Amino acid sequence: MYVAVKGGERAIENAHAWLAEERRGNKDIAELGIAQIREQLSLAVNRVMAEGSLYDPDLAALAIKQARGDLIEAIFLIRAYRTTLPRFGASEPVDTGAMACDRRISATFKDLPGGQVLGPTFDYTHRLLDFKLAADGEVPDAPARAAETGDVPHVTGFLNREGLIEEARHDDTPPRDLTREPLEMPADRPLRLQALTRADEGFTLGLAYSTQRGYGRNHAFVGELRIGAVPVEMDIPELGFAIEIGEVTLTECETVNQFTGSKTEPPQFTRGYGLVFGQTERKAISMALVDRALRWEELGEDNVGAPAQDAEFVLYHADNIQATGFLEHIKLPHYVDFQSELELVRKLRREAGVDQVQEAAE
Amino acid sequence: MNAYNFAYLDEQTKRMIRRAILKGLAIPGYQVPFASREMPMPYGWGTGGVQVSAAVLTPEDTFKVIDQGADDTTNAVSIRSFFQRTAGVATTTATRDATVIQTRHRIPEEALGEGQILVYQVPIPEPLRFLEPRESETRKMHSLEEYGLMHVKLYEDISRHGHIATSYAYPVKVEGRYVMDPSPIPKFDNPKLGDMAAIQLFGAGREQRIYALPPYTQVVSLDFEDHPFEATKADHPCGMCGAQDSYLDELIIDDAGGRMFVCSDTDYCEARQAAGHKGKDAA
Repeated sequence: MYVAVKGGERAIENAHAWLAEERRGNKDIAELGIAQIREQLSLAVNRVMAEGSLYDPDLAALAIKQARGDLIEAIFLIRAYRTTLPRFGASEPVDTGAMACDRRISATFKDLPGGQVLGPTFDYTHRLLDFKLAADGEVPDAPARAAETGDVPHVTGFLNREGLIEEARHDDTPPRDLTREPLEMPADRPLRLQALTRADEGFTLGLAYSTQRGYGRNHAFVGELRIGAVPVEMDIPELGFAIEIGEVTLTECETVNQFTGSKTEPPQFTRGYGLVFGQTERKAISMALVDRALRWEELGEDNVGAPAQDAEFVLYHADNIQATGFLEHIKLPHYVDFQSELELVRKLRREAGVDQVQEAAE
Repeated sequence: MNAYNFAYLDEQTKRMIRRAILKGLAIPGYQVPFASREMPMPYGWGTGGVQVSAAVLTPEDTFKVIDQGADDTTNAVSIRSFFQRTAGVATTTATRDATVIQTRHRIPEEALGEGQILVYQVPIPEPLRFLEPRESETRKMHSLEEYGLMHVKLYEDISRHGHIATSYAYPVKVEGRYVMDPSPIPKFDNPKLGDMAAIQLFGAGREQRIYALPPYTQVVSLDFEDHPFEATKADHPCGMCGAQDSYLDELIIDDAGGRMFVCSDTDYCEARQAAGHKGKDAA
């Protein structure tokens, strides 16, 4: 006997209670603190800040805790929170040339002003599980010396002096704002970069990798990769000048790409650009490669039909919050549509004469 | 929930959404781009409908939410409780008592009246999307009224299957101008779209589009003279209330594949049962 399905409300409440219990895990194990996540899982925190488009390590750590370590879920929590915040204004453009670099490397010059600084990188670690860490994670202090003073000039600036690399055109037009206006095509480069900096790391990585393997190939050298803190300044109308309101850590990647010239441009090196919140180097390099691939039109290159060249394809599918929501919505009930499909398929089968035996049997 | 504004969204955002709604009402069937916000529920789970509801709700409104025609499906419960918390509005399951009804995949069986607003959750607002994946192209096709591709698709269905093989989200033409996606309602519901006394608003959050049908708008389901549009449903009466005219869900009730059919509109079915109508499977 069919009883109308009731109780969705209670089912949801109970599911939430169970979820909270699972999140906490075994209560004999000490609870994870926000500060622990912020300090010891900082690369996860950085990814959540970058793709959540909100620079706040404590909130990102809270989101990771609440999301049980599911980073896309944590990014979602941050995005949903961010959208409720009032907007007081926009900062001045940050000057990455004045960055206090923790890491700064160039793959194009062996040595250069400002030097090569490896910084805290996994790059030359051997990926051997460190079983000692399982027992005792305490480490001796790393050797330290006073930071170099003085600016660290951008590598692309050196190439620029010889005219070997395309001029980065100066433009004071206020960029469109992806979070306040609907995304509309064609998207200019500032808008594309906005979308890419908050794009899913995995999707961006996959696209960037595809360009390396020949789908819109544009061989990229990492002209420079730098990670460090930059001051954020904001113009305060009441004061009439800009003051420093804080500091953010950024990862910036500038690629120098081969370019033999096109119908419209002379042979020269071209640029790809990546700028991402926090120490997020894989993402920044991927972003630079995808940015470069998307620039085919302005550089007069051929569209070879590669996914990474297709701005609509890239921008409409790069946001993991949109993607995961729509993907997972197919878990919701679709009885009504499925029922109408059932009717249609039965009708078509009946007319094709396939169901006569079964129909008779019923 | 005092940390949030009435109905969650801030007033600036609501104003932006209302502008999009008004534009949509002024150009029936036209998809208005709007700066959809991240909502505290996932994209694809009704964020467009939720934003439209948030923009039209007033403290005096009575709100109803249905998913698959039912008030008690989990996502309907979740959205209803969201507005109970953030707007404190009265809620109801009775279609006639509601001033704003948010729906996913159905139009209520009971005819709606003036003074009511029906808000649809829309996953893919573009009726031409599966014929042409590019937004830049489909917008051009709409502005040039170039709908030949859609007619070719429907014609190909007929030549291959003998029928138009679209059973839900069946495309319609609005006031002889825009081809519109009615959201994934079964085509059984399509005839209710036209000449409706209530305002119909469609919100697609992830796709950042709002469109609308003002009251008493002409809405025609696409078809051919020799293959007229036909609203279909399971050829049974409701097992619970005996209704012959309502859209039915098919339920599997035992291991042997036994089936029964019940109204998908739970309010309609319960009201009929309360009035003494009884189907063959009713207790």
